[in-house]
Amino acid sequence: MTANLPFLLSALVAVWATFMVVTRAVAIHALLYLVVALLALACVFDVLGAPFAAILEVIVYAGAIMVLFVFVVMMLNLGRPDSLRENTWIAPRIWIGPGLLAALLLAALADALVMAAPGGGRIAVIDTRQVGLALYGPYVLMVELASFLLLAGLVSAFRIGRHIRDEDAP
Amino acid sequence: MLALLPPLIVLCPLAAATILLLSAGRMPPPAARVLAAGAVGLAAALTLWLAVLFLSAPPPTYRLDVVLWHWMRVGGFDARIAFTLDPLSLVMMLVVTGVGFLIHLYACGYMRGDPDVARFFACMTLFVAAMLVLVLSSDLLCLYIGWEGVGLCSYLLIGFWYAEAANGAAARKAFIVTRIGDAALLCGLLLLATRIGGLDIATLLQPGHLGGGPVAEAAAALLLGGALAKSAQVPFQVWLPDAMAGPTPVSALIHAATMVTAGVYLIARLHPLFLAAPTVMAATAVLGLVTLLLAAGSALAQTDIKRILAFSTISQLGYMFLALGTGAWGAAIFHLVTHAIFKALLFMAAGAVILRVHHQQDIFRMGGLGRAMPGVFAAFAAGAAALAGLPLVTAGFYSKEAILQQAWHAAPLLWAGALLGAFLTALYISRCLLIVFLGPVRTAPTGRTEASMAIPLAGLSVLALTGGLIEMPNAIAPVHLLFRLLAPVLGPPTAEDAEGGAGLLLAGALAPLAGIAVAWGLWRPRAGAIAPADDGLARGARAGWGFDAIYGLLLVRPFLALGWLNRRDLFDRVPDLLAAATRWGARLLGRMQDGRVRRYAGWIAAGTVAALCLAVRP
Amino acid sequence: MTATPAQALLLASMLFALGLLGVLVRRNLLFMLMSIEIMLNAAALAFVAAGMRWHAADGQVMFMMILALAAAEAAVGLAILLRLHAAGRPTLDADTGNRLKG
Repeated sequence: MTANLPFLLSALVAVWATFMVVTRAVAIHALLYLVVALLALACVFDVLGAPFAAILEVIVYAGAIMVLFVFVVMMLNLGRPDSLRENTWIAPRIWIGPGLLAALLLAALADALVMAAPGGGRIAVIDTRQVGLALYGPYVLMVELASFLLLAGLVSAFRIGRHIRDEDAP
Repeated sequence: MLALLPPLIVLCPLAAATILLLSAGRMPPPAARVLAAGAVGLAAALTLWLAVLFLSAPPPTYRLDVVLWHWMRVGGFDARIAFTLDPLSLVMMLVVTGVGFLIHLYACGYMRGDPDVARFFACMTLFVAAMLVLVLSSDLLCLYIGWEGVGLCSYLLIGFWYAEAANGAAARKAFIVTRIGDAALLCGLLLLATRIGGLDIATLLQPGHLGGGPVAEAAAALLLGGALAKSAQVPFQVWLPDAMAGPTPVSALIHAATMVTAGVYLIARLHPLFLAAPTVMAATAVLGLVTLLLAAGSALAQTDIKRILAFSTISQLGYMFLALGTGAWGAAIFHLVTHAIFKALLFMAAGAVILRVHHQQDIFRMGGLGRAMPGVFAAFAAGAAALAGLPLVTAGFYSKEAILQQAWHAAPLLWAGALLGAFLTALYISRCLLIVFLGPVRTAPTGRTEASMAIPLAGLSVLALTGGLIEMPNAIAPVHLLFRLLAPVLGPPTAEDAEGGAGLLLAGALAPLAGIAVAWGLWRPRAGAIAPADDGLARGARAGWGFDAIYGLLLVRPFLALGWLNRRDLFDRVPDLLAAATRWGARLLGRMQDGRVRRYAGWIAAGTVAALCLAVRP
Repeated sequence: MTATPAQALLLASMLFALGLLGVLVRRNLLFMLMSIEIMLNAAALAFVAAGMRWHAADGQVMFMMILALAAAEAAVGLAILLRLHAAGRPTLDADTGNRLKG
């Protein structure tokens, strides 16, 4: 039970933080909770024997992507009216349908994944070296595809963003 | 080589029809004429060649099967598009392509100046192709294609001049009346298919398969219904006189080479089935006799030259059905052949007359045309003589004689009726000939008869006079070319060794002579006006004995009343309900597609849940 | 006793369901994007857990692929978001995007 404690703690934090993300009305609060959730997930990854994934989660997700979000939130220049509007948008009664659907999905997923999952074994740490060998061995084509994807994302973000500047200029 | 020719012969007119149809009326009329007449002429030449090949080196069983492809194979049911070449289909092919070619040649002249000549020839060639499919197919389902094909073409051609409402009505009448028979035929085919498991004619007619009893009777009766409608026999004869609305070459084609002979051919082809159904055989004979006498009586009172010939066709087909009903298959086919020749001749001669007298069709406004157009007069006279059955020198005499002898041996009463019919035939055709070509001139003819119309007339005249020599009664000369040829299909001839032939022959020869004599007495050329008889009997006969009125009262009026009752389309409400439900459902589903991303996500999630539930806990 | 794959998968399911809840409930595009990030993370966690169960590096490789995907998605999504904001839709209401015109 003691060995399981870090996992349980991080999982609890992750779920709680995620719930807070979904329910916040102020964007920057939600963003900070999301960072918390991601950090907790990084802990979970470490417990599960994936240190490389944990490090990447912190650096790329909690670091880079979240900074992107923060930049955007800053550019949006949100204020008090926006938070108030958010509060009207997340009135209690519109939670019923989606909540029911999400609960159903959770039940179905838990039924499918957890009940059918094979029993646990000893946790073996899979270190960076193994991941790197797999990445540049059998998965090298996927790495290329991922690079294409990122390039495409870069180009389209650049293109879409340039329009804003052009329109703002005059 | 032999196997290649039948499909090729069918293909000739079919290809011409396709080209003419696809040209959509843009083809110049001379090209259309050459194409149509050339295609049918090629088919006729190939058929002649085929006949020579077949007769010089016949296949072992006098039968050649050409399977083109399998149409469908469902369970044990196997329908093929296949042709059978045997003496019967060969004779029919010779008639269809030979007479058909002469009619096409004639039509080249007759239809000169019509703007729609390409459409006309497209339908004509398609007609010939459909008839060829009908006579060649070795499968009843394939035969049904040809059967419906001739029905369709007759509709298109009778209503060829569709601008006049009466022509359209006549075309619809022909189509609907034959449609009733087609429905009966289809029911018969389905009955046979379900009972025997296939519609291949050869297997159908194997002795083991048939049996007898009520099923055979029912099947034969249904097939007879189809044949009666197609061949315009009582009670379905009403469509044929109205079918005169089409151009004259169409009438010639319908009456001689195609369409109406289909019923006779069908029964002759399936004669073992009819032999197993004696009641139906008797009904065939009686209906044939009734038709023969009624139509001959009607022909006697007509004033329109084409209607005279139309009733004459019905009457002559009655002879064929009488022969079929008494089991004289060969005699029926013989009469079919000679009738095709002389009836085509009569129609074409009548058409030539009509063209020369400015589309006047009333015989009481013609007269004395013999002097102005001696060639046409001679041709018409040859045809009339053959129709009347002038002894010894005409084709019609021999074929009618064969039927009369068979009728005597089946039942003397039938023979007496047929003899009366022969008398009436001679009477009405002599009346027509005397009034039209002799006596004082009432309408002055103009123009000339074209060579393309004269050549078929001359050829058919010769055939109408000499065509009967291929088959003669024993009492005159023991020549039995046609019956011997047909023997592998229709069984050995029975009429040739009939006893008492000479006496019957004499009676059969005297009846037409008596008819001609009476006609001379009644309508011989004399001074003064002549008018059609106008008492009650003549009026009834002229109206075809009131069948149209009875059908109008019993069938058409109630149907129209039903249509009036249903004028708001009560029965459409059920499909309307379906349509409304569909529309309502579509609106409901359409509301899903409202462009809101969150709803889409919701639906995706719901679908995922459903799929998961199904996948994990089936 | 230590963490089992079943527990990890349960956690992944819960995060995924919460992410879905966010996507369905929030009307603001920014929050929807965040919720999508959560869902992607849940999927990545499921991969890592599976990799742990089978002692294979493939789970973490997949995690990295998802990372790349998330990065690209966030970049494009946030760019569109800014574009909408600049084009006069300061509320970023997802429900107003159904008129098929700018």
